[in-house]
Amino acid sequence: MTLVLEQLLNGLQFGVMLFLLAAGLTLIFGIMGVINLAHGSLYMVGAYAAAFAAAQTGSVIIAIIAGLAAAAIVGMAMELFVLRRLYARDHLDQVLATFALILIFNQSVTLLFGRQPLFVSVPPALNGSIELLPGLTYPIYRLIIIAVGLAVALGLYLLINRTRIGMLVRAGATHREMVRALGVDIRLLYTAVFGLGALLAGLAGLMAGPILAVQVGMGEQILIMTFVVVVIGGVGSIRGAFFGALLVGLVDTVLRAFLPGLLRQVMTGSEADALGAGLASMGIYMLMAVVLLVRPKGLFPANV
Amino acid sequence: MSEDAITHTGPNTPSASRALMLLALALCLVALPFLVQALGQPALVPLATRVLIYAIAAASLNLALGFGGMVSFGHAAFFGVGGYVVGILYRNYVDDSLFLGLIPGTSQLLITLPAAILVGGLLALLIGALSLRTSGVQFIMITLAFAQMLFFLFVSLKAYGGDDGMTIRRRNELFGLNTRDDITFYFICLAIAALVFLALWRIVGSRFGMVLAGIHQNERRMAAIGIAPYRYKLAAFVISGMGTGLAGALMANYLRFVSPDMLHWTKSGELMIMVILGGVGTLLGPLFGAAALVILETVLTSWTEHWQLILGPILLLVVLFTQGGLNGLFSRLGLGRSER
Repeated sequence: MTLVLEQLLNGLQFGVMLFLLAAGLTLIFGIMGVINLAHGSLYMVGAYAAAFAAAQTGSVIIAIIAGLAAAAIVGMAMELFVLRRLYARDHLDQVLATFALILIFNQSVTLLFGRQPLFVSVPPALNGSIELLPGLTYPIYRLIIIAVGLAVALGLYLLINRTRIGMLVRAGATHREMVRALGVDIRLLYTAVFGLGALLAGLAGLMAGPILAVQVGMGEQILIMTFVVVVIGGVGSIRGAFFGALLVGLVDTVLRAFLPGLLRQVMTGSEADALGAGLASMGIYMLMAVVLLVRPKGLFPANV
Repeated sequence: MSEDAITHTGPNTPSASRALMLLALALCLVALPFLVQALGQPALVPLATRVLIYAIAAASLNLALGFGGMVSFGHAAFFGVGGYVVGILYRNYVDDSLFLGLIPGTSQLLITLPAAILVGGLLALLIGALSLRTSGVQFIMITLAFAQMLFFLFVSLKAYGGDDGMTIRRRNELFGLNTRDDITFYFICLAIAALVFLALWRIVGSRFGMVLAGIHQNERRMAAIGIAPYRYKLAAFVISGMGTGLAGALMANYLRFVSPDMLHWTKSGELMIMVILGGVGTLLGPLFGAAALVILETVLTSWTEHWQLILGPILLLVVLFTQGGLNGLFSRLGLGRSER
């Protein structure tokens, strides 16, 4: 029972990480209509900047600021110099351009930091576990990630639904042309939204540092899952991104944890492990296919 | 984009300069192995073979993506499965066993290629029938989802090498030709590529191709004049899958190796990039795109370890400053003269 609870918490933790990435991606797609394959690179930039700052200064605060700032600045520069020229273009041109950006980012990071993954230690103050229930201990750091993710979700909810900027964002997601026609400086809004999305991606990256290895290509691994989340949730919908991320995080983690064990009861060990791992990896894609076949616009479509 | 596709690829618009260019291209491709031999660079023959195989795959993808407007991010599925058809049939041939207890193995190219086309087509029928219920980004992602499912399926199939893939000791046989020989294999691929491009040219210019272009431009209007878009799109998707499966089978023969790498989403991305780089919805664009990407990659890798840092900006410049990829660039430079 405690094992199940632990895996559910792991799923939740993975889910909120996915949410941080998916929130930015879904806003950028919903408002600007841009397919940004390089969103994963911003995650990588955040992770590397924080890891580098932590190694240089040893200060957690500086590492956090460095990660967030680097991701936001790189993101806004990307918007200003490349994506701004592509808003009116075909999705395919955007795909090619942002793919080119992935190559550039990956190779620049390789040049700067080498091919070896960086390992980041958990900040000492957060190192350790606490006993949530009798027999269920859980690392504090992962609990903090969950807390930060949920806090960001709440903050975004308030920002989108309670502020003037949020009103423009919502309006932009549903009637882009109308917002422009009403005299809103849409270019400023675009850059701001892009910066916010990049900031969240950087936040996910810097928090992922101590859990996963910080390495080139980490962005692409998670990018595909983020797209799955965005599409399941409904493109352009923050609420969809939230529930989609939790769903994908939980399904993926739980399948990975328990499927090989279940299969082992009907097959031999090594085959069960291989097949179980394969089927578990297929799980979220099956989930996405089923969701799209039943609700082609995702669970919470933004443009209804 | 799609308007051009009709005007300059239809069979009714044979411009003299375009025909000349095609003839020159064909002559170059036929003469290529002898030229590079004479220049003392025989290693270029396999490179050209790789370009041709990718050109077949990219041109097939282009039928769905460029002419049909179906942005598939899952064509690696057909490519990889085409490769696995060759691999599995060869395995059964060597073991003298039956695949699923029914199908005997073979190493005859005349059987493995049609088998790969058939399997690619059936898979495309299944994936297309489900995926075409969605459109836009959802279509991109659902095709990706199916390809990823197959990727993980083959990773977990230990019987066929799992993660490591399987080697094919000898290339498939054809009429007692020595397919091991690079030049012979090049000409086999060239002949098949020529047939594929000819078939695509006929398809795009046919009534079916016109309907497809019409659906791409305005699906609702086509529906209003009494055409059911779904069936046409599905048919185009299936043909596209068949061609990509064929390319996968050739690639497995070329490499004498198949692995889940051929099914990975980056392979879908690569094919898509070849199409976009060459020119979406143009007949020869995918050939140029495949050649540009494969050759650039090879040249830059031999040049520097950090080749991506050069390839990236080149791709970026192509997107930002050429409209319609390399094909568009060529024709504006006066090489094609049939566009715009």
